[in-house]
Amino acid sequence: MNIIVCIKQVPNTTDVQIDKETGRLKREGVESIINPFDEFAVEEAVKLKEKLGGKVTAITMGPPQADSALREAISRGADEGILVSDRAFGGADTLATSYALSCAIKQIGAYDVIFCGKQATDGDTAQVGPAIAEQLGISHVAYIKKIEDINDKSAKVQRLMEDGYDVIETKFPVLFTVVKEINTPRIASLKGKMAAKKAVIKTLDASNIGADIQKIGLNGSPTQVMKIFTPPQRAGGEKFSGDPQQVAASIVQKLSEIGII
Amino acid sequence: MDYFLSEEEKMMVETAKEVAITKMKPVREEYDEKEEFPWDIQKEFAQAGLCGCYIPEEYGGFGKGIMGLVLVVEELCKVDGGAALCLAATALGTLPILISGNDEQKKKYLPSIADGTNLAAFGLTEASAGSDATGMATTAVKDGDYYILNGTKCFITNGGEAQTYTIFAKTNPSRGARGISCFIVEKGTPGFEFGKKEKKMGIRASATRELIFNNCKIHKDQLLSKEGHGLMVAQATLDNSRPGVAAQALGIAAGALDEAVDYARKRVQFGQPIASFQGIQHMLADMATQVEAARALLYSVARAIDAKTSKRTSKESAMAKLFCSETAMKVTTDAVQILGGYGYSREYPVEKMMRDAKITTLYEGTSQIQKNEIALNLIKESAAKNS
Repeated sequence: MNIIVCIKQVPNTTDVQIDKETGRLKREGVESIINPFDEFAVEEAVKLKEKLGGKVTAITMGPPQADSALREAISRGADEGILVSDRAFGGADTLATSYALSCAIKQIGAYDVIFCGKQATDGDTAQVGPAIAEQLGISHVAYIKKIEDINDKSAKVQRLMEDGYDVIETKFPVLFTVVKEINTPRIASLKGKMAAKKAVIKTLDASNIGADIQKIGLNGSPTQVMKIFTPPQRAGGEKFSGDPQQVAASIVQKLSEIGII
Repeated sequence: MDYFLSEEEKMMVETAKEVAITKMKPVREEYDEKEEFPWDIQKEFAQAGLCGCYIPEEYGGFGKGIMGLVLVVEELCKVDGGAALCLAATALGTLPILISGNDEQKKKYLPSIADGTNLAAFGLTEASAGSDATGMATTAVKDGDYYILNGTKCFITNGGEAQTYTIFAKTNPSRGARGISCFIVEKGTPGFEFGKKEKKMGIRASATRELIFNNCKIHKDQLLSKEGHGLMVAQATLDNSRPGVAAQALGIAAGALDEAVDYARKRVQFGQPIASFQGIQHMLADMATQVEAARALLYSVARAIDAKTSKRTSKESAMAKLFCSETAMKVTTDAVQILGGYGYSREYPVEKMMRDAKITTLYEGTSQIQKNEIALNLIKESAAKNS
């Protein structure tokens, strides 16, 4: 089995800060992590390799420092990492990103299953996974929460819906985007961490992947960000503190004042 | 404090910490309460590659020696000094093979212990032979290519759960200390059964059982080192393993210190956090100083053992175990004191830490036996210098 897992490096969402002037994300000094949803994708890819054998290739598009996200994937069981990196990719929207990644995936050669996280925690679009499948001309199933059955040619999966789940059978090659219910990502092992430390990350630029220069980066992006703004913060509620009996009385009084009770 | 750990040592600490916090912490009270053996925690140790931290790479381990063992055990025990024993007590059972085994024995037993598939246990203690191992009644009588084992071992950590046992028995009762030999016995060998499981004060997730040998026939290839060298194997093992107990004690103490500081900052009495009272501050300062001193001594001893610059480290190992285990008892008792009634309640983790700490002053030699060891070596060293 040749398994590919697409990952993205994102700012750690537990300490996101927004520049009030520009409305943009402050990236300086913010820790970068693997997009949390992609951790489930890596885990599912590695589990599949352990079950059916084969190789897991992690791929990411990003600046040179995205190398560390690939090493993290290797520490959790991926066999190799490919970094798609070029200044020409800068400013890419989901269409240009999926195009560039699909070009890189074609360079890798034959593959059976591609895993992606359902969305990235920075852009939150959930478009890149399915768009890669479209660019490659293969089928995809988004939001899978369980692989019921899988062999080297096809799989039966559960797709999470708002009101339950669908059971879908699909032949390979296929792209799956996974939701967090699918597994519990493993802790990177000592051997995995050593492998990650020693791994040679292959870097591909725009010409290596044979990308059409008009379809990548800003040139290839029909959507442009016009304005970024932070919605006004919600004002905090009224706090009551002090002696529990008095607090209870004040709360009851307040609730009746505003007509709730 | 910065102990200038290598990159790989830091990797072990981080990995152990992640396992401890994400996998052990959520279930530690449950295991303590139910007194169940934490096999799913052991599987996490195995998956993370921690089980072989002290086993050489050629046998599938991570090859980081006693220092590696100490770092991992400390980190796990900060959270749960009971469940961590799957790994720590396995190290005690494995060290006789690591130290005295021949290459065949090492190749046969170490890889499955390093990858966490199998656990090991160390069988020295008997009902009438605790600190005085020469009082043991278990015998191994040679019969052609085999030895026939008879006797009962007690208080064996990992007993019943482990696959590989290093067992001490008398091969020549008339020769006293030189008549004891060490054997590797596998679970499932006919004539090898398990007796009662102890109900203990602490380390309740860990299994402590009797091992019963009733005409148990084992091949002579299972003999470790030479016939009659058993006590030397035991002593060399303890020199290497006592830092492991010390690490367990240190971890428990450090965990209790964290809980106490955290609680003191949050607990408000007389209109202010109790951490603002000098009485509490001085207790915390003493606890922290003791923990750091224990750590500094233990790490130095572990590094000295790994460096193999001196033939024996009995005195230093005993010092580390003595100091760390007594520190654990003091620090956990003070942590309970700082948490007051809540500390005594099972709602908070410090009462468990205090119960778990106690064993470290008892097993692998009581604190008094450690003092004997230290004093004996002091006198020997002085005699060698001045005679």
